[in-house]
Amino acid sequence: MKPAPFEYTLAETVEEVVALLDDSEGDAVIIAGGQTLMPMMALRMARPEMVVDINGIEDLAGIIEDADEVIIKACTRQTTALESAIVAGRIPLLAKAIAFVGHQQTRNRGTVGGSLSLGDPASEIPLAALTMNAHVTLQSVKGVRTVPIGEFFLGPMMTACESNELMVSVHFPCWPNSERIGTSFHEVNERHGDFAIVAAAAQIHLDDKGICTGAAVAIGGAHDRPIRVPGLEAKLLENKIDKEVIQLALQEISKAIEPFDDQHASADYRRRTAQTLAERAITDAVADAQAGLQ
Amino acid sequence: MTSNLHYISKKRRVKEDKRFVSGTGKYIQDVVLPNTKHAAVLQSPYPNARILSIEKAAAEAIAGVQIVLTGEELAEHIDPIRLGLKLPEVKWYPLAVGTARYVGEWVAIVVADNPYLAEDALELIEVDYEPLEPIMDPEEAFEEKSRLVHPGHGSNVLYHGHFTWGEVEDDFAMADDCLSFRARWGRSSTVPIETFGALASWDEGTEILDLWASIQMPNFVELLSSTLRFPLNNVRLHQDVDVGGSYGVKRGIKHSVLVGYLCRKLRVPVRLIEDRLVNMSSGDAHGPDRIFDTNVAFNKDGIIKSLKIRVLDDAGAYPGRGPHQLAKPISAIVGPYKINSVDYEAISVTTNKTGQVPVRGFGQAPTNFMIETAVDKVARHLGMDRLEIRRRNLIKHDEFPYEIPSGTKYDSGDYHAVLDKVIDKAKYDELVKRRDTARKNGKWAGIGVTTCLEPSGGNNIFEYLMEPGAEITTYMEGCEVRVDPHGKITGIMGTTTSGQGHETLFATILGEDLEFDPDDIRILHADSLNGPPTRSPVASRMAIMLGSSAAGAAQKIKDRAMKIAAFNLGHPIEDLEYSEGNVFLRGDPGQKLTWQEICFIAHRSYHKLPAGMDPGFHAENVFQVPGGGKLPDEKNRVQIYPCFSFQAHIPYVEIDPGTCKVEILDYVVGHDCGTVINPDIVRGMMIGGIAHGIGAALFEKFSYAPDGQFLTSTFADYLMPSVYEMPPVQEVEHCTPSPLTSHGQKGSGEGGYLGAPAAISSAINDALAPLGKSIHELPMRINKIHELIMTESET
Amino acid sequence: MSKLEIAVTVNGKKVSGTVEPRMSLLDFLRSEIGLTGTHMGCEHGVCGACSILLDDVPVRSCLMLAVQANNHSVTTVEGLCNDDGSTGELQDAFRDAHGMQCGYCTPGMLISAHALLEANKDPSVDDIKEAIGGNLCRCTGYIQIIESIQLAATRKVEAGSS
Repeated sequence: MKPAPFEYTLAETVEEVVALLDDSEGDAVIIAGGQTLMPMMALRMARPEMVVDINGIEDLAGIIEDADEVIIKACTRQTTALESAIVAGRIPLLAKAIAFVGHQQTRNRGTVGGSLSLGDPASEIPLAALTMNAHVTLQSVKGVRTVPIGEFFLGPMMTACESNELMVSVHFPCWPNSERIGTSFHEVNERHGDFAIVAAAAQIHLDDKGICTGAAVAIGGAHDRPIRVPGLEAKLLENKIDKEVIQLALQEISKAIEPFDDQHASADYRRRTAQTLAERAITDAVADAQAGLQ
Repeated sequence: MTSNLHYISKKRRVKEDKRFVSGTGKYIQDVVLPNTKHAAVLQSPYPNARILSIEKAAAEAIAGVQIVLTGEELAEHIDPIRLGLKLPEVKWYPLAVGTARYVGEWVAIVVADNPYLAEDALELIEVDYEPLEPIMDPEEAFEEKSRLVHPGHGSNVLYHGHFTWGEVEDDFAMADDCLSFRARWGRSSTVPIETFGALASWDEGTEILDLWASIQMPNFVELLSSTLRFPLNNVRLHQDVDVGGSYGVKRGIKHSVLVGYLCRKLRVPVRLIEDRLVNMSSGDAHGPDRIFDTNVAFNKDGIIKSLKIRVLDDAGAYPGRGPHQLAKPISAIVGPYKINSVDYEAISVTTNKTGQVPVRGFGQAPTNFMIETAVDKVARHLGMDRLEIRRRNLIKHDEFPYEIPSGTKYDSGDYHAVLDKVIDKAKYDELVKRRDTARKNGKWAGIGVTTCLEPSGGNNIFEYLMEPGAEITTYMEGCEVRVDPHGKITGIMGTTTSGQGHETLFATILGEDLEFDPDDIRILHADSLNGPPTRSPVASRMAIMLGSSAAGAAQKIKDRAMKIAAFNLGHPIEDLEYSEGNVFLRGDPGQKLTWQEICFIAHRSYHKLPAGMDPGFHAENVFQVPGGGKLPDEKNRVQIYPCFSFQAHIPYVEIDPGTCKVEILDYVVGHDCGTVINPDIVRGMMIGGIAHGIGAALFEKFSYAPDGQFLTSTFADYLMPSVYEMPPVQEVEHCTPSPLTSHGQKGSGEGGYLGAPAAISSAINDALAPLGKSIHELPMRINKIHELIMTESET
Repeated sequence: MSKLEIAVTVNGKKVSGTVEPRMSLLDFLRSEIGLTGTHMGCEHGVCGACSILLDDVPVRSCLMLAVQANNHSVTTVEGLCNDDGSTGELQDAFRDAHGMQCGYCTPGMLISAHALLEANKDPSVDDIKEAIGGNLCRCTGYIQIIESIQLAATRKVEAGSS
């Protein structure tokens, strides 16, 4: 399980990276955490001619907080995001999601941007980003562009990031009045730390009367990409969320998803479990928000 | 029982652990010889295909590549690898000859300067295949007349044996009732974290083939040398290689034949280390893959009278010793119960899958799973408590030695006492309340109950049962003990160790019997040329066999010391006492010889030796397995393994109805393996075995698609328990010593693996019972449980 | 393919090497530097037997290129020993609680445990599970490993307070 031969560069700037990516016309790949690329190369399923290492670019790592958003540079380690006080305070759903990503060794190298760029329909960071309406910044030789997360995931392992583009940052908008926001992340897998079979994330905002004024619910592993369920969210909004409200809202899920069979689980299982996990995520997010109100 | 022991049964550090924590263990990948070349194997992408041609020139042309070897060339220089069964038309070569018979089969091997280059060269080899239709399903393979894995053999049936012990038909006729069921043990294995590897080096000057390997296999060197057409005493297997886990599977015969052949051809050391892809698909390390169809005859009072068992096992394309795993369980075919008669039909078939290898328990774990399923089903049918039915059927403590219908006598035990201890430790009544409360709160909660045996000691006379032929009745273990002129003791054992702590075992027994601190006793692993006879650490046998062998050698050392002292003190031996190596006159300790004095005399003062005694201070001992030495009688009855350890398992599980995920929340296990030599080692075997069992029960399966493609080549697909999947385990111990061994010890190396899959199945079925569902197919994955609850009920 | 020169501080000592870019850090440590205590189990980032400390943080060395360790520091299991080669306290705790059998996963376990105890003086069982959740063991069933780490933690606290 040794990779096929390749050339290697330790890039010093983002400009250098995008120039290399552009020149190579798809034969060069970047290495960030390597937690996905290295196994792919070991299996010789990925055979780049050049590997561009972005771990040395200081500008590409860090967490910055703004009035309305938290900006996470793409090459920020998952552990850093998990342990960040800013993340815990302003965008806690991300930390809850990262806690499910692999194991500590994985998170110590894996990056936030790396997980987003992979676009696995069941993975945790994309799901959290989608729930929070994040947007990503991509840079190429042509310049910088922003892609809303809802337009970023195009299919299984397919994203809007072109082969000559580098993700430089992810922006997470922060909902105001954070004390009334509740979040929850649920997933099911065979073993703790495995890829999720199905996952659900919820972020709920309650006003001071306990009425839902903000709802974001997303499901992973039940479709060809992580998806939000706007129909479900609409049924939560402007309601006091109780069991009945949730049950009615959950009915929107089956219309929104087209789950698939694979050797881990059937489409039927994913369909049913999406409902279960969404229910739990919403229920727990509501409880989390209510705790903040007290 | 243990009150007079100084070292045995005491908590003591395990000798081997020092080098392991230091990172200085010497595993096969750590053995470095100058100028070694590295091998990589090319695998078949087809489950069944004729090999029309292999173009290797481009690969061989790469600088740094020494050779590309194909099966055709190799077959001219070696014999096919001898299988366990006599199957002359099933020819097994390390590289496919003419036909590839499973996805992953090795069709060529490259040797190059480094492993990276070797893999590069693989990609330049062009193989032209003509795909054939594979046969993948074992039941189809059994019936199949035209799709034959080995056409020369005439069918896909490798073995079909039928044994009847006792009056089975009468028992069934007279029983109040009977039931039948199917139980399926999925193809899994114990998958060590270290893959198999071998390194061979040929020395033209001495004409010795040196081999290092991560090996755990009886008669390995014999098989290797005969395959290579090489005299046995030209091969030196180095057995001081630390083996990174084996639990039965590290047999690596084809790897070893290849490096053995190549190093002589190339005149450089050659090394083959499996990478994980090769290991999973084609390392020949898959385990039993069984369908049991069982009928149970029983009375209203829960007494089980008779069993009719039909077992079909899928041995893969090249069965090796896999099929023998059908016969070993005959040694405990009725489990710990007083079942009167047994009909046992065992079938081994070949399919286009990887070959099966011996796995921890050698077939006992699947058999225990089947037996315990039978007992639980009878209990459910009668509305009887699962503990109660076991109490009624378990052999009683005053009935030992107990002879089972197939002729094996169980040496000793007190099954009821262990069960009671486990029930007590589990606080069973409270556990039932816990379960019932969980059920009220919406969980599917269940308690598992299993009682089962671990046959130990190793006596492969069951091979003769399968195929009468060569009359092999010797199952032995040898050792040597040397005392040096300074009085320090060295023990020499003749085989490898893969985590069982044999050095500690051996030193502890020598230390106990010779009354010296085991920490001061050195243990060596001899090589195959200079080592004592061995049958390898299989069959949960080493505590019994190496232990008893060591005790015998220790006694000879003691005898020699006493004789020297008697001669020099001028008193008869009966009047002398031995204490910590010193020998003195009973009643007058001033008249003594110290250990140092005895050593000096033994080694240096010939004139002070009794007449007829050779100089020196060493002893050899070869211990034959107790109860062995006989062939089966005309009714196919024979003593198989000598000693029987007992286990009782009570796990508690909850299944999340929303996700069908199983959580094992608590686990209580009781075991009785007679005298425990080192408590930490034995505990490790029990708990580690339970972890293996959890894997087999819930997660692990080598999967093949219907078209023969292999689906579980990596650890992302073949899922093994991490720390998170392990419940807290409480254990209780009991000790009924074996009357057959040096210190009453029985085996514990197979440990919890023999009962955990049965116990977890019992728990999950208890959890699903209120839903009217049952499941008797392992592994019980999330998806399977989901399918079960979604389909119409049928218990 | 051009080889690259690298300089890595391994267990406190500077070592250098000339490697192909595709050589893993695991293979570099084992075959170029001769530190065979770090073990290869899967080469695809699941088993954890290859775990080392990169700048004091546990990572899987099979998922890093040797060139990526250039100008960084690496600690392997050998580096947990004392300067005279004797076993350190964490290692001794593993011996006393028999937190291993075949020893193959042990170096990776020690690395993960070491990092845990450096950061957390009083780890709960959940903390321990999180630390070794990515280290697979097929021998022990983990319980004696957990006990070894707990023992090490207790002793560390006692040593600190005495």
